[in-house]
Order: sequence, then C-alpha cells, then structure tokens
Amino acid sequence: MATAEAHIDVHAHDDHHDDHHEQSFISKYIFSTDHKTIAKQFLITGILWAVIGAALSAIFRLQLGFPEADLGWLRPLLGKWISPEGALDPSFYLALVTMHGTIMVFFVLTAGLSGTFSNYLIPLQIGARDMASGFMNMLSYWFFFVSSVIMLISLFIETGPASGGWVVYPPLSALPQAMEGSGLGMTLWLVAMVFFIASSLLGGINYVTTVINLRTKGMTFSRLPLTIWAFFLTAVIGILSFPVLFAAALLLVFDRSFGTSFYLSEIYIQGEALPNVGGSPILYQHLFWFLGHPEVYIVLLPALGITSEIIATNSRKPIFGYKAMIISMMGITFLSFIVWAHHMFVSGLNPFLGSIFMFLTLIIAVPSAVKVFNYLTTLWKGNIVFTPAMLFSIGLVSVFISGGITGIFLGNSAIDIQLHDTYFVVAHFHLVMGAASSFGLLAGVYHWFPKMFGRMMDARLGYIHFWLTFIGIYSVFFPMHYIGIAGFPRRYYSFTNFDAFSGFTDLNMFISIAAITTFVGQFIFLFNFFYSMFRGRKAPANPWKSTTLEWTTPRVPGHGNWPGEIPKVYRWAYDYSKPGAEDDFIPQTVPYSQTLESNLPHENDEIALEKEMEEEEIVVNESRH
Amino acid sequence: MFGFYIALAVLLVLGILLLIFRITRLVNVVKGTGDQTTDSSNNWNGIMMIVFMVVFFGLAAWYSWAYFDDYDPPVASEHGELTDKLFWRTMWITGLVFVITNILLFVFSYKYRYNKNKKALFYPHNNKLEYLWTGVPAVVLTWLVISGWMAWDGIMSEAPEEAEQIEIMGMQFQWSIRYGGMDNNVGEYDYRLIDPVNNHGMDFSDRGNFDDFLSNSLVIPKGKPVLLKIRARDVLHSVFIPHMRVKMDAVPGMPTQFWFVANKTTEEMRIEEGNPDFQYELACTEICGDGHFSMKKFVTVLEPDEYEAWKAEQKSWLSKNPDYMAQVPEDMKELALVTAGINE
Repeated sequence: MATAEAHIDVHAHDDHHDDHHEQSFISKYIFSTDHKTIAKQFLITGILWAVIGAALSAIFRLQLGFPEADLGWLRPLLGKWISPEGALDPSFYLALVTMHGTIMVFFVLTAGLSGTFSNYLIPLQIGARDMASGFMNMLSYWFFFVSSVIMLISLFIETGPASGGWVVYPPLSALPQAMEGSGLGMTLWLVAMVFFIASSLLGGINYVTTVINLRTKGMTFSRLPLTIWAFFLTAVIGILSFPVLFAAALLLVFDRSFGTSFYLSEIYIQGEALPNVGGSPILYQHLFWFLGHPEVYIVLLPALGITSEIIATNSRKPIFGYKAMIISMMGITFLSFIVWAHHMFVSGLNPFLGSIFMFLTLIIAVPSAVKVFNYLTTLWKGNIVFTPAMLFSIGLVSVFISGGITGIFLGNSAIDIQLHDTYFVVAHFHLVMGAASSFGLLAGVYHWFPKMFGRMMDARLGYIHFWLTFIGIYSVFFPMHYIGIAGFPRRYYSFTNFDAFSGFTDLNMFISIAAITTFVGQFIFLFNFFYSMFRGRKAPANPWKSTTLEWTTPRVPGHGNWPGEIPKVYRWAYDYSKPGAEDDFIPQTVPYSQTLESNLPHENDEIALEKEMEEEEIVVNESRH
Repeated sequence: MFGFYIALAVLLVLGILLLIFRITRLVNVVKGTGDQTTDSSNNWNGIMMIVFMVVFFGLAAWYSWAYFDDYDPPVASEHGELTDKLFWRTMWITGLVFVITNILLFVFSYKYRYNKNKKALFYPHNNKLEYLWTGVPAVVLTWLVISGWMAWDGIMSEAPEEAEQIEIMGMQFQWSIRYGGMDNNVGEYDYRLIDPVNNHGMDFSDRGNFDDFLSNSLVIPKGKPVLLKIRARDVLHSVFIPHMRVKMDAVPGMPTQFWFVANKTTEEMRIEEGNPDFQYELACTEICGDGHFSMKKFVTVLEPDEYEAWKAEQKSWLSKNPDYMAQVPEDMKELALVTAGINE
C-alpha cells in the first residue's frame, strides 16, 4: 500500500544518508530537510524575533509612560534617535511601533508559531516519516531566514526602518518625501515581506499536502487531533490570502519605484503637485486586509489547536464537542475571508458595504463563542493537572474571551466610529490575537519540549513565568480599554497637545511599568528554555500520558521518526478517562479489540473492521513477497 | 561610575537568583520530587486561579466605578447619544458574558484540580448543548447587529439639504478649514492649483469659490446639521472629534464626508464640565507622519444666531487675496467682485 511503499522509500533514503553525509553538520543542522530540525530552526528564530519585538515595545512604552524621562542611557543602542536632551525621536517612535507590529504578527506569531508547530507536529501526529517535500520545507525556512536578515538590517539603516504603521498604508508608505521611514526602510520592508510570503506559501503547501496524503493507516480525517485540523486550516487560509498581500506589495513597489498610480491620486506634497491621478489608497486597504484579517486567524487557529490538545490531555478528559470544534474552525476559516472591510468602516468605504461587513463580522463571533463554551465544558468535571502548558492554555481561554468580547463592539460599525484607531482597538487585538497566540506558542513549547529536546523544562520556573506573564498581560492591556473609551488615538507620540487626551498619565505609567516587568519576566522562560535543553531532567517518552502518535516515538525521535514500522491508528485522539479502562488514557495506536472492557457499543462494531484491515494487510504483504 | 554600580547590582541579583534556582533543584532531586506536578503545586496553582479572579474582577469593578467620569467623555452630538447608548448596551450584555465565562473558567480550574483518587467524567459531546450555545449567541448578536445597523444607516445617510457645508482638509501636519460662505456652497478645487497661498487649490472659474472663507478653528452652530466635506492633500489623515463621536478618514483623491448635529454649545459644556477653559478638539487618527500626534484644531459650537453673526463677519478669501482675481475668467470678474465683497 501507499504508506508501506513510502516507508520503504524512506529507508532507502536513510541508508543513503548513512553512507555519505549523515554526520555532516551542515546537512544535519543547517540545510536540514528533517521536519523536526526545521521546526526547531523556526522556533529559535521566532524566539529571537520575539525578544527584539518585545524590546521595541518596551522602548516606546518608556516614551508613553514617562514622557519627561531622560532616555540618554539608551543612546549607545539608539544613537541619533535619542535627542541631545534625551528624548526619543518622534519619527523613530513611529518606526518602533511599526516594527513591533510587523515583527510580532509576521515573524513571531506566523513563522514562529505555524512554522514551529506545523512542521514539528504534522508528521509526528499523523504518523508520517517527514513532510511531503523536505526540500521545500527547507526552502521555506531559508526564505524566512533571508526575510529576517533583510528586516533586521532595515532596523539599522540611517533613515530608519519602515514607520507607516504595520499596515503601511499608502500614500504615506509610497512617498519617500512624506516621512524618513518611507525611504530605504520601506523598500527593505517590502523586499523582506516578499521573501516572507514565499516562505509562508512553501510551508503552507507542504502542510496541506502532507496532511492530505501522508496520514498513517487508520488516521482518517475524523481521527485527526485538533492540532492538525487547526494547522491544516491555517495553511489553507495562508495559501489563499498571502498571494493577495503579495499583490498589494507588488503594486506598492510599482507606485514607489516605477511611477504607476495604483494607490496615488491628486497629491500635493512638499510644495509639489505629483502627476499621479486615478489611483485609490482604499484599493490598498482592501488588498491588505484581504490578507490582514485572515492573518489574525493564521496566528490564532494554531494556538487554539494547541490549546485544545493540551486542555484535553491535562483535564484528562476528551475535548468536548470534537466535531463542533472542527465545524467552528471551518466556519472561522470560511468567514475569515469575508470580514476584512470591518477594518475600514470609516475609511470612506461605501456605508452600505459597511453594513454588509458588520453582519458578516458579527457572525464570526458565533463559532468563536462555541469554541469557548467547549473549552469550559472540557474543564468541567475534569481532573486537571496544572502543567505550565496547561496554565498557559487556561490563560489563553481567558484572554481569548476578554479580547473576543471587545470585538463585538468594534465589529458594530456604529460603535466603531468612536472606537476606531483608539487604544480600545489596541487592547482588543493584543488580547485576542497577540496574547492568545503568544500563550498558545508558550503552551506548545512547554508541552512539546520533552519531545523536541528529550528533556523536561523546569516546572516551577514555568509556574512563575506563567503567573508573571498572565498578570502582566492583563495589567498592560486591560487598562487600555479605559484609555480607548476616553478616545485616545493610536500611534501618538505624546498626548499632551490635547486637553481631551491629557488625562491618564498615571494609568499610562502603570501600563508601562507592567509592560516592562512582563518583558523582563520573559527572560525566566528564556533561561528555562536554554538551560533545560542541555541540563534539564531526561524526559520519559510520554511525560503527559497523552494519546497522540508523537508520544509513541523514542525519547528523541530520529530521522524518519519511528525506528520500525509506522504505527497504525485505531481510534480518535481523545480517549481520556474512558469508563472501564484501566489507565486514564488510551493511545490512538491501541485497537478496540484490546479494550473490550471500555468500548462503547458502536466501537465494538469497529473491531470487525480492524480485523478486515489486518487481513488485507497480510494479503498485500504476501503478494509482495 | 553610577552606571557601573547599577550593572554590578543587576549581576549580583542575577547571580543570587541562579544560586537559589540551583539549590532548589538539587533539593528536589534529593527529595525525588523533581519536576513532577505534585499535589502541592497543583493546589497552589488552583488557589492562584481564584485569587487572580477575585483581585482582577475587584480591581476592574473598582476602577470602572470610581473613575467613570474620567474615561467616559461627555457626548455633544445627536448621533453620539445614540451610539453611546448602543455602546453601553453592548457593554452590559458582553460584560455579563465576560464575567460568567471567566468565573466558570477559574472556578472549574480550581474545583476540578487533580486528585489521584478521582477520575474525570468521560463526556465527549452533547449536541443539544452545542445547538444551545450556537443559537443563543446568534440571536443576541442578530439583535445587536440590527440595532447597530439602523443607527449606522441613519448616521451615514445623505446629509439634509440645509446642512452647513464646511470643507476640512488634512495635510502634514495641520488641518485647514474652508466655509461655503453666504451661498453655503464649498467651491470646486483642483490639486494642481494649490500654491503656498491658495492652500486648498480653489478653482476660481467656479463661482462657488468667490465667497468662500477660511477659518482658524472649526466653528459650528448648535442644533443645525453640519456637513463636513473631508479631503486630504498629501497622505491619509482622519478627522476625529471625540466629544461629537465623529470620525472619518481623509483620503487624497477621494473626498469623503460626515454630517452630524452638535447639541451642546461650548459655553454649555463649560458649565456642565465645571471647566471654564473647556474647548472641543479635533484630532487626527490615521498615522500620517512624524507630526501625527500634533494635528489639532479647536472646535467651537455656538448658538445658531451667534453662528450666523460670526459667519457674517468673515471676509472672503478672495477679498483678502485680491491678486487671485487674475484667475477669475473675464466674464465672471464683475460677479466675483460683488460676491467676494471687494466692491462694497
């Protein structure tokens, strides 16, 4: 059969490796085609980016919380961006905000999250030797690496990095004369994003292909763990929406460098009337948000998938409403493509179109609510083990609720008039997308670290890290709702110019202190991560008593993942605490014929099918010999 | 030197922390508890869930109550009262959901924390429950959407005929305001006619421009519809008048608009707020460059008769810049002189 053949092929491949360059450092760790190594490359790069992205936010929080402070001590790092009086340069403030957004959304929560866990878990959880195309997978990482290098360089150039906000709306981003950051910094931003999109597409195509084609025997779609469903749907969203961002970026390149007028019309700037007429800045916004909104789900769905898995495992209960979870994820996937214009209610969009998008946007709250209720019911009457991963998953559900609820305000175009582009929006998306996805990422690292590195992370440091982060995140973003209701606009360097926005200096100070403390607290995680990689206690093969396939591999799975045959799958991934069963979990590889004591009536019928499957296999094997 | 001491102190603290970490780890290894989740760590985390919940809700409730007037800006427009009502209605409904779901989350986490003598309930699905919590949010959301849509439809409808026409143009980094003048008609413009004096690029072959005048602040009447004709000269900007609940992007090459009715004069607001210096303000909410945070205009709301008197006092732009008479076509010069108030 197909899987059996693939199995043989891989072995041939392995032997080849043994003969020639299995030991080569470069092919093993750098230009590796092994999905596990690539996942670790994405993870480490993502973590480095997260440190940079968070550090940028710490700097602009200093400006917002302590506008009078002397920042001269940052001069060794920021150079001329700190004025002789020790104040942060306003144009660099915008650059910080822009790069923080770009880095966090794309480099950390897209590449760092999907890149790590889709790569790591898809082959391991569906029972495959590797990705469908190891070479494409390698390219995916190295395109991301090139993109990272270019984006990093842009931070250090003389005119500063792109600074028109992470959405880089033209004409601001199209006209170098409009701001310093729209010069070389913006060019580098666009080039980096083109490489990034290529990387995302290479990864996404691979994920989809692998999930469809390389599932092991018995691993039907209705037996896939929710993680895989989430990664699969995420990849589908990415494949369909990233090319549109590519188009948006390409047209922007044309407008910037080749004199076209896709986004430019009737502009008089710096004493000069530009020749461009007929373009529309709104066109860019449509193209951008056609990716930009699905992007929210690209970063969120993998986190929700990871959480589903971790909550079920550590509640020692099946995930409640497995099918409902899949249907709601599919609903979110579909709807994510038809809500983009809710970012544009007051952009000059036709108000009728605004009404349509309001309806569609509020529909997407329904599947999100279903997911939350299912998580809550999974916890209900569970037997909850608080591993650090579980804590972060519970934290995710909390911030997902808190941030999701404010979406109902913003999705309502009438209410959005006042709240649009205020700190209310900042609070909303940082909770529902930023914090929720970061929690998913951290939960995933804590949960799968033992499989990745064969060692355990320190649980106590994990607890301290969680509580510090959880309290910190709420301290930073919850008060922002008040500031937003008061009408404070986003991306303001200072609020003292307006009487209407001059209050809340104390609250802004509080937020800044909380933000910087939370940032510093992340070093506990970094220490734990790198320390445990080398000095952590050796992990058992299945430390969390989990049912999925990755825990049937050796402590540190080698090339090809399973030393012998690929395991077969006989049941879904959530047989936890099944009545009658001896243990409180039954791995997916245990046939129903061996668990007669715990089978549900309809599962006894499966036994006959299992027998058929085995007989068929014997026939196939005999015919081969 | 001071910096050196700080660096030394940080290093020492880090060293001590590392030492503590090493010692507790070794103690754990000796005790054999290692990294296993133990009953005590499980209890501790469960209790923290409850503590967090109580403190978090407590602080949020206290702040929301005690500082209400600080974060809830007074409203001074007719549609603003409607959107505020929708806002607070949504707040009550979603606030309730927020509290209930978070309480369930933290209480379940605490109550069902691990106990080795217990087994979790095998409860994989219940379709009735799924239908229930698909249906109820759908119904509530439909209600919210429909009330929001009706408000939105009214706010975004065609401006009434008699609305005061005022052009507001964003540019790096200020606003420029032009009134339609006595004919209440903001004249045509062409961006190629913009020069350092003719900021708006007024096209003087259009008679609508003859009586137009510029103003340093946005002055509007109370109780009368005002139509803001919004444009941008260089990059995107966005008109935001927080107290009026007005916001609309200014887009180069694509004029936008927003009409509203102010219902409190600046004087009335000064009394209501108990602040004799109170001024309505207009800000920019679309990132537009380095000076984005400083694009401010004052907004003054007058009684209708005061407004008419103020308007009558204003001198047309053309009368202040008679050089531009040269741009007026020959056959309209006479008309322009009269309309602009040059020949009085």
